Amino acid sequence: MFESKDSIAEYIPRLRRYARALLRNDTLADDLVQDTLERAVSKFHLWRPGTDLRAWLFTLMHNIFINQLRASGQPPVSLEESGLEPAVASPQERGLEIRDLATALTLLPAEYREVVLLVGLEGLSYEEVARVTGVPLGTVMSRLSRGRERLRNLMAGAPAGPALRRVK
Amino acid sequence: MSEGELHFTEEELQRYVDGRLDPERTRDLERYLSDHPAEAERLRVYQRQNETLHALFDPVVAEPLPERLLHTVSRRPRRWGTRAVAASLWLAVGGVAGWMAHGLDQSSRLDAASLPRQAAIAHIVYSAEVLHPVEVTAQQEGHLTRWLSKRLGTDVKAPSLASAGFNLVGGRLLPADRGPAAQLMYENTQGQRLTLYVRQKSPERQNTAFRYEQEGGVSVFYWVDGDMGYALSGAVPRPELLHVATLVYEQLNR
Repeated sequence: MFESKDSIAEYIPRLRRYARALLRNDTLADDLVQDTLERAVSKFHLWRPGTDLRAWLFTLMHNIFINQLRASGQPPVSLEESGLEPAVASPQERGLEIRDLATALTLLPAEYREVVLLVGLEGLSYEEVARVTGVPLGTVMSRLSRGRERLRNLMAGAPAGPALRRVK
Repeated sequence: MSEGELHFTEEELQRYVDGRLDPERTRDLERYLSDHPAEAERLRVYQRQNETLHALFDPVVAEPLPERLLHTVSRRPRRWGTRAVAASLWLAVGGVAGWMAHGLDQSSRLDAASLPRQAAIAHIVYSAEVLHPVEVTAQQEGHLTRWLSKRLGTDVKAPSLASAGFNLVGGRLLPADRGPAAQLMYENTQGQRLTLYVRQKSPERQNTAFRYEQEGGVSVFYWVDGDMGYALSGAVPRPELLHVATLVYEQLNR
């Protein structure tokens, strides 16, 4: 009933799902998961029993992800690296729509992408996302709103604003 | 009801998308959206984004887990109290790996084959082992010491460290530069482990007093006595390790 260090393994599939959506590269995503697990094992004494272990793991992953972003000075997967072309609007066909969203995600600023994924894919509450990403709730809500709107525009073939200019 | 009451914040709209708006406001909003098709379409697109994210990435959850990820979490200490040791062992593994990666040609404070270094590496490798920390367990202590004595060509004793709270787990035989080495492992009730590493001394080495090295979180006290070199390793504070090393030395020279 109580979560313990053994429970970490139960969250690996969900950490992988989030990392895959965040990075769009299987190997890099699993590297991020592995870094997260290693930190979780070594820092487990810092986890407060009774608090949400899953949110704690996402927090560790967020911190590692952001540090990697800062270290690289650029988005982890640029459009060129992902080998994907900018979104072309063809929302009628479901398969194409899925690919478009995946592409559009890579064009989102990382902090928007995180919030859109933590809420829309991982089902975290807005308050949990605020704790995981270390920003105020209001910032979470504005990132969520802007991220979703940016995705909508990208998939409608509209200019993506500043995000597109990062593609050199 | 006036038109002015039907105003919704952007946060409420996002909550609606995620099904987190309370039922009363949801009814109000849906009435409002029926009169505002553009806004309704925008929120429908957001809901489709959530559905598509699941369609895209939910299959990841069903994938078999890579071995390396499972290994990361299964390589954990047996007991709760050992997590600090585990943490330092992780650091130690990194430290020693980096240390080895630097290569033997680089001037190192310690010779690659030096007693404390070999002992520290053996400690890191086997003290983290959950399933097979030793080859022969303490239940067969007589067999263990006879076997190691025979292979090392000298009398190998397993000192009793119970007065320091450490009990013998068992031991194993390891390869070393000059013939085999023996490793005896001890553990306390918190799951902390110490290892005593024994091998033939280098020919040029004379008897030494206790010496201390620390590498990557593992402390090592080592000394040469007669033909043998001894090293006691553990991720424990230096004073505690010195106390145990003294116990070992006294018993071996009794």
